[in-house]
Amino acid sequence: MKHLLILAARSAWNRRLTLGMTLVAVTLSVTLLLGVERIRHDAREGFSHSVSGTDLIVGASTSHVQLMLYAVFRIGEATNNMRWQSYLDLKLNPAVAWAVPLSLGDSHRGFPVLGTNASYFDHFRYGDDRALGFKEGQPFKGVFDAVLGADVADQLGYKLGDRIVLTHGIGGIGGLEHADKPFVVTGILAPTGTPVDRTVHVSLEAISAIHLDWQGGAPLPGFSIPQQFVQKFDLTPKDITAVLVGLKSRIGVFKMQRYVADYAGEPLLAVLPGAALSQLWQVIGTVEQALLAVATMVVVVGLAGLVAVVLASLNERRRELAILRSVGARPVDVFVLLILEGLFITLLGCILGVALLAGASAVIGPWVQTRYGIGVAPRLISPDELRLLAAVIGAGLMSSLVPGYRAYRLSLADGLTPRL
Amino acid sequence: MSDPVIRIENLSFQWSAGLAPCLDIPHFEVQAGERIFLYGPSGSGKSTLLGLFGGVLLPQRGSLRLLGVELPQCSASERDRFRAGHVGFLFQQFNLIPYLSVLDNVLLPCRFSSRRRQRAIDSGRSLHDEALRLLDHLDIDTSLHHREATQLSVGQQQRVAAARALIGRPEIVIADEPTSALDADRQIAFLDLMMHESDAAGSTLVFVSHDRRLATAFDREIALPAINHAAVLEAAA
Ligand SMILES: Nc1ncnc2c1ncn2[C@@H]1O[C@H](COP(=O)(O)OP(=O)(O)O)[C@@H](O)[C@H]1O
Ligand SMILES: [Mg+2]
Repeated sequence: MKHLLILAARSAWNRRLTLGMTLVAVTLSVTLLLGVERIRHDAREGFSHSVSGTDLIVGASTSHVQLMLYAVFRIGEATNNMRWQSYLDLKLNPAVAWAVPLSLGDSHRGFPVLGTNASYFDHFRYGDDRALGFKEGQPFKGVFDAVLGADVADQLGYKLGDRIVLTHGIGGIGGLEHADKPFVVTGILAPTGTPVDRTVHVSLEAISAIHLDWQGGAPLPGFSIPQQFVQKFDLTPKDITAVLVGLKSRIGVFKMQRYVADYAGEPLLAVLPGAALSQLWQVIGTVEQALLAVATMVVVVGLAGLVAVVLASLNERRRELAILRSVGARPVDVFVLLILEGLFITLLGCILGVALLAGASAVIGPWVQTRYGIGVAPRLISPDELRLLAAVIGAGLMSSLVPGYRAYRLSLADGLTPRL
Repeated sequence: MSDPVIRIENLSFQWSAGLAPCLDIPHFEVQAGERIFLYGPSGSGKSTLLGLFGGVLLPQRGSLRLLGVELPQCSASERDRFRAGHVGFLFQQFNLIPYLSVLDNVLLPCRFSSRRRQRAIDSGRSLHDEALRLLDHLDIDTSLHHREATQLSVGQQQRVAAARALIGRPEIVIADEPTSALDADRQIAFLDLMMHESDAAGSTLVFVSHDRRLATAFDREIALPAINHAAVLEAAA
């Protein structure tokens, strides 16, 4: 067996150019497959961990999915706001333990800005019922205090005491800036691996304050209120985007949901985060399934190419196989020789694919994190990926049976003298 | 007298059921240590007969005994093992595995047969040294040992192939037109080396050629058409 291994390796090395090209194909296809699986896994992981401990999310009536997207993921523009009064009514409901108001719409260099109050830092939970922690500083106290998520501070290099300017709208670039009212960084949160890391937190009053002299998404021409005078105005918000609600007893959650749906003041919607997350995941899920299917097809194409190349080489190798037979090789040895060759390429492709993916994760992982909020955990390989890899190797072995069997037949027919 | 090394009785072989028999040999024997020159025109079935000796082809009828072993009654893997252990082969051209060095080519039979490996080191030398000795005897310069086989001239390739056929002292050495690709004067030199070494190894040599001029150096010369009745029938038809 050992001498067959050496022979197979030498023979493959002798045809390294053609085999090298197929190796590239197999490697890239394995990288793609594992990459898709990795992003899929991490996206789902981050997704299901993005919020916990909140019993209901209430917002102006849109779809469940949309409400989740902006309340939890801070993605997209909230088209309908709910009135402040509705929030107060909700908070006073005897079944409600706590209610955290959320107000979205501004951004800072591409990161969403969330207006809320200090209770957010007490009640917000993520992952396995984990509370938010401060890496440095403390929650906002003044109107123009800001608390940064870990990624925001990290990527923009902010420290406590730095001044930042918010941009109107979520666009980031080209948006009008609230340049006349800069904020001071008073706190930086510990990393959570959730959208919180990418959020700039300010008080609801701050959101009101920076829009005092604005109307309809633009500053009022020829009218501006200097920063030091905003306190003279009533900064109570008129409306907000959504409310995170914690109940005294989880049993009342459906009753509460109905209460919100029947709320007389305005049409409102209450969603259960767990249910909505899985609903949302189903939408994304079909995409990820499709991606995985495409990646699988690419692997199949890669392996088909491998089979084609090895098969094509067989004709020029008939003499070689006949020589091996004459020095004592059995047809089975010839079969094994060809299987080993296919297996070599597949294994090598898998190893290189894993290495390439590890490199790619390290290099583009942070970019994916900022751009799409998917935290790609740096790792060599996960059990799920290992299973996929095993499947690829299995498929490589199966496809090597084709040239293996063909060589077996050829060497039986040719014997010692190939008819060329 | 000891048993014959090769013994054929009423053997008949045809390539496929529809075709006329290619070989029909009532009787043929080769004694131990003999040097046989087997000749016949192209297409007369010489290579086919060697395929039978190698156990890769099976006669439809008759007896084929090598070293007392009735080959047609052996399983395919027994025949493969027999060939690996007892028979050294040498062909017309392109005998070497192109991606192996000269030395590795010579050692190939010892990789597939523990018997050949054992017999190669019986002399007290290491396997490696035995290969070196054979190569030296066959006039292959040490500088060539680690070259790839394809970098050698045709004559050098044939001598390396001869060393491979002889390593581990197989009882039978079969050469199928090994000199056809060589110049006339090279043919004689090669033949001398080959005979000398096969004698030294104690092997029985079956040398096949369509060129009768080479026959003089051999113990016995046999025309295949003379022992093969199938060919006679074909010629008569
Ligand atoms: N693999 C094969 N399949 C079918 N017929 C074959 C095969 N090999 C040889 N033959 C036929 O057997 C006959 C003898 O061929 P061969 O033994 O190669 O002759 P030689 O070696 O004397 O030139 C020829 O007629 C040839 O066509
Ligand atoms: Mg021939």
